[in-house]
Amino acid sequence: MLQSWVIVLASFFYLGILFAIAWYADRRADAGRSLIANPVVYALSLGVYCTTWTFYGSVGRAAASGIGFLPIYLGPTLLFALAGFILHKMIRVAKTNRITSIADFVASRYGKSQLLGGLVTVIAVVGVIPYIALQLKAVSNSFAILASYPDIVMPATAGAVPLFQDSALYVAMILAVFTILFGTRHLDATERHEGMVAAIAVESVVKLVAFLAVGVFVVWGMHDGISDIFSRAAVVPEVARRLTTADSPAAYGTWGTLVFLSLFASLLLPRQFQIAVVENVDESHLSRAVWMFPLYLFLINLFVLPVALAGMLHFPGSAVDADTFVLTLPMAYQQEALALFVYIGGLSAATGMVIVETIALSTMVCNDLVMPLLLRLPMLGLATRADLSGLLLEIRRWAIAIILGLGYLYFRVAGEAYALVSIGLISFAAVAQFAPVVIGGLFWKGGTRDGALAGLAAGFVLWTYTLLLPSFAKSGWLPDGFIAHGLFGIELLRPQHLFGLVGLDEITHCLVWSLLVNLGAYIGVSLQRAPNLREARQATLFVGGAEAAGIPAWRGGAGVTDLLPLAGRFLGSERAQEAFVRHARQRGLKGIEELPADTRLVNFAETLLAGAIGSASARVMVASVVTEEPLGIDEVMNILDEASQVRAYTRELEQKSLELTRATTELREANARLQQLDRMKDDFISTVTHELRTPLTSIRAFSEMLQEDPQIDLDQRVRFLGIIVSEAVRLSRLINQILDLAKLESGRAEWTVAAVDVAEVIREAAESLTVLFAEKRVTLELDACPAGFTVLADRDRLMQVLVNLLSNALKFVPADGGHVKVGAGALCVPGNPLRGQATVNEVRVSVTDNGPGIRAEDQEVIFDKFHQGAGTADVLTDKPQGTGLGLPISRQIIEYFNGRLWVESTPGAGARFVFTLPRQAGDNVAVLPGNTVPGGSWEHKKQTGGAP
Amino acid sequence: MSHRILIVDDEPNIVISLEYLMNKEGFQVAVATDGETALQLASAFVPDLILLDVMMPKKSGFEVCQALRADPALVGVKIIMLTAKGRESEIAKGLALGADVYITKPFSTKDLVLQIKSLLA
Repeated sequence: MLQSWVIVLASFFYLGILFAIAWYADRRADAGRSLIANPVVYALSLGVYCTTWTFYGSVGRAAASGIGFLPIYLGPTLLFALAGFILHKMIRVAKTNRITSIADFVASRYGKSQLLGGLVTVIAVVGVIPYIALQLKAVSNSFAILASYPDIVMPATAGAVPLFQDSALYVAMILAVFTILFGTRHLDATERHEGMVAAIAVESVVKLVAFLAVGVFVVWGMHDGISDIFSRAAVVPEVARRLTTADSPAAYGTWGTLVFLSLFASLLLPRQFQIAVVENVDESHLSRAVWMFPLYLFLINLFVLPVALAGMLHFPGSAVDADTFVLTLPMAYQQEALALFVYIGGLSAATGMVIVETIALSTMVCNDLVMPLLLRLPMLGLATRADLSGLLLEIRRWAIAIILGLGYLYFRVAGEAYALVSIGLISFAAVAQFAPVVIGGLFWKGGTRDGALAGLAAGFVLWTYTLLLPSFAKSGWLPDGFIAHGLFGIELLRPQHLFGLVGLDEITHCLVWSLLVNLGAYIGVSLQRAPNLREARQATLFVGGAEAAGIPAWRGGAGVTDLLPLAGRFLGSERAQEAFVRHARQRGLKGIEELPADTRLVNFAETLLAGAIGSASARVMVASVVTEEPLGIDEVMNILDEASQVRAYTRELEQKSLELTRATTELREANARLQQLDRMKDDFISTVTHELRTPLTSIRAFSEMLQEDPQIDLDQRVRFLGIIVSEAVRLSRLINQILDLAKLESGRAEWTVAAVDVAEVIREAAESLTVLFAEKRVTLELDACPAGFTVLADRDRLMQVLVNLLSNALKFVPADGGHVKVGAGALCVPGNPLRGQATVNEVRVSVTDNGPGIRAEDQEVIFDKFHQGAGTADVLTDKPQGTGLGLPISRQIIEYFNGRLWVESTPGAGARFVFTLPRQAGDNVAVLPGNTVPGGSWEHKKQTGGAP
Repeated sequence: MSHRILIVDDEPNIVISLEYLMNKEGFQVAVATDGETALQLASAFVPDLILLDVMMPKKSGFEVCQALRADPALVGVKIIMLTAKGRESEIAKGLALGADVYITKPFSTKDLVLQIKSLLA
């Protein structure tokens, strides 16, 4: 007899064994001899994919659609067999970043965003709860069916049973307690659960053996082998239809959808991620799993079709639900032990799924939803509480209880709307929304937090609208018209025919729409901006690339004294201490007190914490220490666009650097100019000093000689005194001229500019020198100096120039026979604007002498300061008497009035000094263009000039 | 036997004063007003001491000094550089080129005579 208490006892006995296995595995793990560090265990634990949906539901689906049950297993088979590299990459990334869940994975990938982690958690919880409801339903149904043995009675619908007589409630409660014992027994709240994995591996074996046992019994116990069943099935038209494939074209689309869905589900369901990625001990185990797990799937499905056919043959009509064939067939043949074993197998499938799923979900809820919220509430004072590891476990326990409670609620409210398979598919479609952000995040560096949020949110909304809400509607929660006529009666918004899309089954329809907008929003929003520094760093860590090492995760540092207590609060101080000691040893240090407060230590602490509370929360907690702020979460959450800031800063720096370079160049040039000026001034002063000292030397020497020797005869005395006087005159003239030149050069000279008659000035200058010329017996001829040529000039200065030129001439011509001639005229040359020539209209004055002339190389030099024309003199008496400043001063004056001063000379044939000044318009001498003035036989004079 | 002094300067009045001074001390005097003449006279006249100006036409006093010191026939000739150029660098240059004394113009006639006498002693 299979009385209820026997079944209950067997159930508890089985669960007790599982618990013992888990406990033993944990003990072994603590001792360092892991039981699950074995590729076979890893492959078997992956069998958690096969839930009661497989155990009972596959047969039901096969009874309904033949081999239509198969795509659910083809997806994972394809994934593991062909796309192992994706899993491989996920495992490696998760290990390096100590990822605790799928939510953590997504949050971490997109810049450790808590918001994103929260969204993934919400989607996962909402999406997976129907799936948990399915397990509860299966267990309670199988219990009810088995309890009514030997009769085969279908259990009443869930809603029809009073709450406290509903076995599903007790199943949920028992599973909650059991899961809490399994998943949150440890005080060290890390991401790994060795005992649980070991138990799951055992459960995989149990459910496989149970199903194979049923298969063997049905094929060889009830019938004479496979061919017997199939030949019998072929003669019953109702059953024979299941032997052909799809009965409509749309069914092929459905096949594709299911393969696609299950492929992603086997990767992205929280429990699959937990087992395949988080609980993976060694990457190399995957290489065994890629063929072992598909083999497992193959074996567990081996007898699905025979059992389904046998069930249909044995229970014609629809009195017995096809989902229960696995259990009811042995019961129909009074195989009590087998039936009990099958029940245990189903219990295995359910508990395995529920335990892993709720543990994974509770971790997500705790790390990505509750903790971030609690830490934000200052009134709770969590930020300052010393030990939070107990709180973490508490939150997870409550999360487990609440998730299972929600599962039961769903089972009560909506569980009857669909067959088992459909409920599972709702979950599959929900987690398929993670595919773009997870796969994209592994292979595309351009994804941003905003893109991921937009994609997930859009996909989730579409999934809710096209799949979840209709399931509520079918359960009577929402009005039926919602499905038939769309939201607000708008036909285009019919949830299962959105925008008029027809011809697809509801799952395919949901998947097409939700993944379309999901992928579109993810890519579209991501492309709106470049990833910021944080996102880029995580992208590099996840996608891979050589530059990962170059981006620091932390800019600051924090010491052991800050980080150790922080880690201790979440891990327990003993465990944290151990981890830090290990880290110190790895770095070749003696103890933790030697650890430097650097980024490497901070990274270590963050990774350590990430294992307990998830990467996003870990980042915030570590940030609170590193930035030394009292948990300024908001500040950390609103991560600035660091990358663009850095770029802008660099641009600014470059600009500044350019400006500096330019300024430096200018300064250097200015400095060079100054130095040159300084040198010139130095040279000038040196020359001036020299020129001043020379007459002074004579004056002093003769004065001393006269003073010391009163006996000097009178002639000598007169001669000496004459020299003294002339040198004194020379000295004062020199000083005057130096000052004059300085004034001219600095532009401080005062000018009295007026219209000046050139001839008049010439006459006056000549008159002032008449005596000197007469003394030396030199003739001074005023040749062709017609009155009336007017220039704008300072009369005195012009006089100074003429006197200077005449004195110079007088100085160099020989006494007795010296000849100096002054000439003046005007030159008028019409300009040719087409050739860019301006009209020339100027007055020219020349002073010609018959002295020794000036060598060509000296003709410009004589205009330099203190450069006296040496002429051809080589005897003492020929030493020119002068200051060497007359010509430079004269040139300054002429150039001031826009004229020119130069010399023309042939050595030995005299010299002619010429200056020009612009002629003032409107003077009273008419000069025809192209002609020179009367008497101004300029050209002729030039040819013969200087050699009278 | 009186010492022979060669005066080299292009400034006539200075030459007059130096000539007078040297004659008065009983030296035999020769005069050159440029560098080239100075070198010719140095070989022909073979002075005991040369009063050498720096700023001169054709060859500067520095060049003359260098040439004199390079002539083995004129070993032992004393050279006094007598110049209006009084910068430190120029004094150093003159001494480096072999001048015995560097005197800046304007000079004290008494000191100059004492210098000459002590050099010739």
